[in-house]
Amino acid sequence: MNNLIKGKKYDWEMVIGIEVHAQVKSNSKLFSSSSTKFGSPPNSQVSLVDAAMPGMLPVINKYCVEQAVKSGVGLNAKINNYSVFDRKNYFYADLPQGYQISQYKFPIVGEGKVTIDFKDGSSKDIRIVRLHLEQDAGKSLHDQNPSKTYVDLNRSGVALMEIVSEPDIRSPDEAGMYIAKIRSILMYLNTCDGNMQEGSLRADVNISVRKPNEDYGTRCEIKNLNSIKFIKQAINYEAKRQIEILESGGSIEQNTMLFNTSTGKTRPMRNKEEAHDYRYFPDPDLLPLEISNQDIEKIKSTIPELPDKLKNKFINIYNLSNYDASILTADKQTSDYFNETIKSDPELKKSSKIVVNWITSELFSLLNKNDLELISSPVSPKNLGQLVKLISTNEISGKIAKDVLEEMFSSKKSAREIVDYKGLKQVTDQGEIEKVIDEVITDNPKMVQEYLGGKDKLLGFFVGQVMKKTKGKANPKILNDILIRKLS
Amino acid sequence: MKINKNTINKIARLSRIKLDDQESEDYIKDLNLILDWVDQLNEVNTDKVEPLSNISSSILPKRDDVSKDINSSEEILENAPDKLEGFFAVPKVVE
Repeated sequence: MNNLIKGKKYDWEMVIGIEVHAQVKSNSKLFSSSSTKFGSPPNSQVSLVDAAMPGMLPVINKYCVEQAVKSGVGLNAKINNYSVFDRKNYFYADLPQGYQISQYKFPIVGEGKVTIDFKDGSSKDIRIVRLHLEQDAGKSLHDQNPSKTYVDLNRSGVALMEIVSEPDIRSPDEAGMYIAKIRSILMYLNTCDGNMQEGSLRADVNISVRKPNEDYGTRCEIKNLNSIKFIKQAINYEAKRQIEILESGGSIEQNTMLFNTSTGKTRPMRNKEEAHDYRYFPDPDLLPLEISNQDIEKIKSTIPELPDKLKNKFINIYNLSNYDASILTADKQTSDYFNETIKSDPELKKSSKIVVNWITSELFSLLNKNDLELISSPVSPKNLGQLVKLISTNEISGKIAKDVLEEMFSSKKSAREIVDYKGLKQVTDQGEIEKVIDEVITDNPKMVQEYLGGKDKLLGFFVGQVMKKTKGKANPKILNDILIRKLS
Repeated sequence: MKINKNTINKIARLSRIKLDDQESEDYIKDLNLILDWVDQLNEVNTDKVEPLSNISSSILPKRDDVSKDINSSEEILENAPDKLEGFFAVPKVVE
């Protein structure tokens, strides 16, 4: 795939590496028993440990460790039997300890990889460097008061997994697909809720540009992006900025950038003259974390079917394309819905492609319009299956099926009920259709003349008239066949 | 390693502590004494010795994932010099 972008003078290639910060799904924080619930009153979930009161000691949450191991397995990564917690020291108002407990030299999870799938059926592996556990900081609100910053420590101490990729990503689209894939895997595993709006999944993006086949250029890091749309925008803007500098003879200064979501521009963070010096050292309050192979195996046995495996299964069993299957497995809700739909009737296996289309285009667009998630869809998988069966057995036409689906959506009735009650069943009786066609032909002698005189387009007019008389219920194929025969 | 004026200034800045000249001098002296003392350990050859992380051979204690409702706002803000509607209020820090 050609990902080169054109500058004024040369073609350039983007080189992108991403750090994802995923909040571990757990009831309590990484080193304290305070709740992790989102949206509680400020500072209501702050224990003396989280507030870094003197003498408080961290005790690790067993479940968060298991969640990290699970995530590592999902990323096809090596789980380390031995890992160490370090202190990353820096000063900020929302970091009461004055350091973040993180993992530096010995992370809990080592090298892995994830696969992203393209529309044309091809795919690409993005290598993972590591995943480590760390604490989140509190939240600062800068825009409430001209001279004060407000601090809420509820998030302080919540467990995060930082997932670091190799610089294998070459375009904004690939970056978006990579984040979507990580999110999908973590949501299947139930190790992160994937809610980007609430900040459960955020990304730092490292980006540089180079001429093809040259060495890596100097990179800049864009911090704290919380939507796939912003990630793509920020990469596009930053790459263009770097190319302009390089083409006008300048050089890139390694820098940490912030992305302004309203202007769509990146700008360097202030205080850059003082490069961060985190002075990492092993946290003396915590012993190394040891996990036996036996424990790892036990955790592995609890892992559900992951998207890649499920995708292959869908391709093999239901004869779907790689791309269709990857859309279905992009999140667990969708793959569960598809599974339930297709299993609701053994006959549907033959119509798998129609099932996919009705879920991913018709149903999804109705859900979107009504701002609903698939999980709260008024149309159950079983009812959708019934609708698809009515289509595939020619009982109703695809066009009428759309109206039926809308009715199912608003009334929660089954497809069969609606079709019977409204008499929408498709007319497949040849004699009946022929009768209507004869009427239409007799009623429109002028049109018939013109058609026979060569105005082929008028066929649509006749089809329309017959559909009108049958209230759209005539089977389009039979109608077409008879009409052409009659008019020739 | 020797601590000089530059190092002490950097450490002070990272710690957000303001030192006057006299204090800087004192800390340079103190920290150098500590480093000299610890430096004695370098007299021992540790080439083939694994770092010791644990003298008690105990393992990292772990807890179950149970959350406690603590409703901490009032208690946690008790020592705050400035607060507003449940938030700590600190001098503006924007990056």
